[in-house]
Amino acid sequence: MTKGQIVAGCLAPHPPHLVYADNPPQNEAYSEGGWETLRWGYQRLARKLKDIDYDAIVIFTPHWQTYIGTHFLGLPEFSSKSVDPVFPNLFRYNYDLKVDVELSEAMRDAASQEGIITKMMRNPHFRVDYGTITSCHLLNPEWDKPIVTISSNRNTHYYSPEVMIEQATALGRACAKAIEESGKRVVLVASHSLSHRHFVEEAPLPEDMSKEHIYNHSQYVWDMKIVEMMRQGKSREVIDIMPEFTEQTIAETEGGGLIWMLGAMGFPDFPAEIYGYQSVIGTGNVIACWDPNDDTREYVL
Amino acid sequence: MNETNEPEILFGIYCPPHPQPLLSPDASEGYGKLRAAFEECRKRIEESEADIILVYSTTWPSIIGHQIQALENAVWTHVDDDFHYLGSMPYDFHMDTEFAHAMKYNCEKRGLEARTVEYEGFPIDTGSVVALQLLNPDNRIPACILSSNMYANRSETIVLGKAARDTLAQQGKKAVVVVVSSLSNRMFTEHIDPKEDRIHSQKDDDWNRKILEFFDDGRLEDLSQLSRDIHGQIRVQKVVAYKPAWWLAATMGQHNNYDGEVLAYEALHGSGGAVITLTPSTGSVGDKEFDEDDVEFYRGDRNVLDKGMLK
Ligand SMILES: [Fe+2]
Repeated sequence: MTKGQIVAGCLAPHPPHLVYADNPPQNEAYSEGGWETLRWGYQRLARKLKDIDYDAIVIFTPHWQTYIGTHFLGLPEFSSKSVDPVFPNLFRYNYDLKVDVELSEAMRDAASQEGIITKMMRNPHFRVDYGTITSCHLLNPEWDKPIVTISSNRNTHYYSPEVMIEQATALGRACAKAIEESGKRVVLVASHSLSHRHFVEEAPLPEDMSKEHIYNHSQYVWDMKIVEMMRQGKSREVIDIMPEFTEQTIAETEGGGLIWMLGAMGFPDFPAEIYGYQSVIGTGNVIACWDPNDDTREYVL
Repeated sequence: MNETNEPEILFGIYCPPHPQPLLSPDASEGYGKLRAAFEECRKRIEESEADIILVYSTTWPSIIGHQIQALENAVWTHVDDDFHYLGSMPYDFHMDTEFAHAMKYNCEKRGLEARTVEYEGFPIDTGSVVALQLLNPDNRIPACILSSNMYANRSETIVLGKAARDTLAQQGKKAVVVVVSSLSNRMFTEHIDPKEDRIHSQKDDDWNRKILEFFDDGRLEDLSQLSRDIHGQIRVQKVVAYKPAWWLAATMGQHNNYDGEVLAYEALHGSGGAVITLTPSTGSVGDKEFDEDDVEFYRGDRNVLDKGMLK
């Protein structure tokens, strides 16, 4: 069997506003648009993924929060309505998705062998979190690939950002090993924003872009520092500075997604493709892709 | 508006958010005791003349101000993120929509950002589902649920409690108020045999027991004043502050004149789970720091520390 491989790693933020702004038939809410910088960036990345041959998407989400180990989706299909608990006015999305259970179990087994506490999630009534739905919808609106969702164990809060780096890196290594042994071609997705301070008030028309801006300049400066390091291929340095970044900007990196993904990819030293940066209700969001293929890697923005 | 312009709060309940008392009460003696305590509360609610059960849940975080559940008939099947293997939690709740909308109005009147949520399929949180299923299984009494804003701190949370009082008084509704929260909230990070469940550490247990002493004495306002210490000592730093005692004290009137009763205190996967009731009383003995006998006229310093000493 040919060795499996990670064919791309995407940092894919999941503000539900982006799906809301797109008005897909699955979402009940209606908008007049908004956040084009991110949506157009997503559309370009989605087109790139169409040209890549892959079997499954593996996504790490901070909105499936588990305290007792790392959990993996473990049933072949999930179909329900995802209602965002924070922005229910924007996101009420009817989904019907497939899971690569074989790959999910293989990653779980590999993680367990590394000493990570794990659990398969096999309750058919479980609602897949809105981070997974949003990022996967924007990267693959056709939903024609199976996915695996991995929960975010709350290491940062329970222990420290440094423990999160150790644990998420070990999880990433284990997932990479399982992917290699599976023979499958996999796209990894870390679903989260960068700086993560929200406004606590919403404009009467949420998509009114005259009201949208970063929460404060300090958040912006930090986000730009991280994006610049991504561009320069300094992924190891991004992780090294992450405890400070997470603390200073209450970044959503605290969930561990980017650490997991870059760890699985062996902390790449090639530049990340940048597809767009924009604030959503004050938070900082970048869409980035690490393409390990020298022939297809682009300078996007 | 009632005659005194004061709300009638029959009693308050403090209860834990974890699903074990609902889904697996027989898995350990402790879970069974918590379940029995919930059932005792259910009975007391049934015997009371409550018009509404008002819930403040620490497992419903919000960002855009304070969210208020307003969907008249909230029906779904909920599954917990961690404890999904214990089973599903189908629910069919009846919310007091009229109260919810007035609560939003009163929040705004007091300067708070607030909104009602009224959407089919809205994910009601584990803590609220557990509390309402166990405390009000037949929907005898309409309910309302308030979120816990991630960024809110003391003054905002206390004003939220005052807005709840305004609304109850305006509508002349007798209420049972419920706070859904652990005491110490550190859980074991591995799967355990429920029969071997215990409080995560001696320190957590010591603090929990001290808090229970306060509850038992009816010293709710004193607990409210201790919130920051509690947060620093026994709460995992997930949110900015330990807020439930602030909200409960503000909603119940910011004093210490209650009859407190600790119905159960047990471990829930390492965290401190207690079911407690607080009933407003007139019989305070004046030995507590914040139950000033007269706040309008100076009657000299009361020596609160020598009370209870052997004479
Ligand atoms: Fe998020």
